[in-house]
Amino acid sequence: MTVGRTQSIALSGLSGHLVDIEADIASGLPALVLIGLPDTSLGESKDRVRSAVANSGCAMPPTRVTVNLSPASLPKQGSGFDLAIALAILAGTRDVPAESVGSCVHIGELALDGRIRPVAGVLPAVVAARDAGARRIMVPAGNRTEAELVPGIEVIAVASLAHALREHGADIVVSDVDAIKPPSESEPLVPKRDLSDIVGQPDLVDALITAAAGGHHMFLLGPPGAGKTMLAERLVDILPDLDARDALEVTSIASLARVAQTRRLVTRPPFIAPHHTATAVAIVGGGSGVIRPGAVSRASRGVLFLDEAPEFATTVLDALRQPLESGDIVIHRANYSARFPARVQLVLAANPCPCGNAGVTDSTCVCTPDRRRRYLARLSGPILDRIDIHVPVSRVSRAHLFDDTASRLTTAHARERVVAARAMAIDRWGHDRPDPTELRSGKFRLAPVVVRALDAALDRGAVTMRGYDRVLRIAWTLADCDGSPTPTADHIGRALYLRQGVPA
Amino acid sequence: MALKDELGRWGETVAGDFLVANGYDVLDCGWRCRLGEIDIVARNGRTIAFVEVKTRRTERFGHPLEAITPAKFARLRVLAGEWCRVHRVHAATVRIDAIGIIGDGRAVGSLEHRVGLIE
Repeated sequence: MTVGRTQSIALSGLSGHLVDIEADIASGLPALVLIGLPDTSLGESKDRVRSAVANSGCAMPPTRVTVNLSPASLPKQGSGFDLAIALAILAGTRDVPAESVGSCVHIGELALDGRIRPVAGVLPAVVAARDAGARRIMVPAGNRTEAELVPGIEVIAVASLAHALREHGADIVVSDVDAIKPPSESEPLVPKRDLSDIVGQPDLVDALITAAAGGHHMFLLGPPGAGKTMLAERLVDILPDLDARDALEVTSIASLARVAQTRRLVTRPPFIAPHHTATAVAIVGGGSGVIRPGAVSRASRGVLFLDEAPEFATTVLDALRQPLESGDIVIHRANYSARFPARVQLVLAANPCPCGNAGVTDSTCVCTPDRRRRYLARLSGPILDRIDIHVPVSRVSRAHLFDDTASRLTTAHARERVVAARAMAIDRWGHDRPDPTELRSGKFRLAPVVVRALDAALDRGAVTMRGYDRVLRIAWTLADCDGSPTPTADHIGRALYLRQGVPA
Repeated sequence: MALKDELGRWGETVAGDFLVANGYDVLDCGWRCRLGEIDIVARNGRTIAFVEVKTRRTERFGHPLEAITPAKFARLRVLAGEWCRVHRVHAATVRIDAIGIIGDGRAVGSLEHRVGLIE
């Protein structure tokens, strides 16, 4: 008989695919058949659609209705297809102008009374719809602000199915309903912390600024109470604001992970500090059914802080190696895969030994040498090799408490320096990080007299070839922080110290 | 006779008249065996249609055809086979139809004939 068509979006990871939804109103006994690889929550859509249509002043056709979601081979999950399915059916029965319904993308879960519930991941879905060439998208009223963050596509927010039908030009009575709101969330507390809280450790502040300017991973080693967590938190504060593209990516991840109700664009880099009992799936992402982003993706474009790093399971730490290298993570399932961004700045913190007192003045370590060795050995190897800046953090003595507070660097000033340093790096290299060979032997090669200390370290075997390249990168970052056009011998020396600050 | 059975009988009469008016020969009405009952058996050319008739006064509790569940449909298939065996009929085509009637026992509100059901 007749076929109604419309579109919706299936998300896998952050990328979305346009899904064509067609409803065939055929002769036969009354039935609603849903085909095209739906999962359980999508299969239940049939019953939600049936009730919502009946309670919106329309009737389900008393015939056989076949709803096909294509491409049929793409697995589809979740309840976000309800609205599109209902409208495809009603377009098939000509209860609503089919042309208008067919030219619009629809996202939304139906409540039994015909209202439309907000769904997760609206932001990436709207981006995907726009990129696929859609000009109009209909979203739940509760997701309006989130959808409107995306420029270049007309967003229609609807509170109920009747409202949606009216928007498409159906002749239907729309009663005012209370739009279903997403779970409310209190305003995030603005952290009352500042870089100037750090007492008596100017070396650490410099290391922090260098790390922020160059995006270098950090390893903080020190006894309990020395301020490792405090430092890591302040690293994210001195990072510059996200640019438009990164902000959309970070907000999309937050929308997908439903960590927060997405009311506005996230413009500050995220700070994620998972507990050391976290599983590999919690860190890299995964899960049954819908693949959800892990901590490394939620921290993308920001800081991933692993406190008590040696307490993390070795498999968890090793799972981080690949995303650290490539900047994204692909999670594979039997019939599909999801790609998430994972461009994090990693900060590891560890005590020098299980009791925490090794190397601390006026304290005695009670660990056996073997225990101490084994404790930090859990971290060694490929993970530590990828970390540029190794910083020993020591306890602060009472004398520092009465330091002149006015001379300390504030977060605002530090961020200005970071922004200026990054601008210099971008001027020189563009947005991509330089190729190691370019730094060693290309046009950015430094004079032999400048790199003499580094060459000597390489000859001694104190640094590896990878370490050599890393030291060069840190030296360039240090030069940018100082506003110097090229690194000097002094920068090389400081870079060597930062790279090897911890005798590992 | 209960009120609902009366309505059902009336509906079957209406359906029979409808089929005859549309060129069918009604072969059997209300045929029973130990497996159940077939409302109408009708022939059109070389096709035999086994017709289940459902009648309701209003649509308040759903369309009459919604009452034909998958289990009911499965029983209809078995009954159709049984009728053919008993009557030694080997028709070229056998199909199962349904007629849904909304009416009050005197006037017909609507009548829908679904042809060749598959499930």
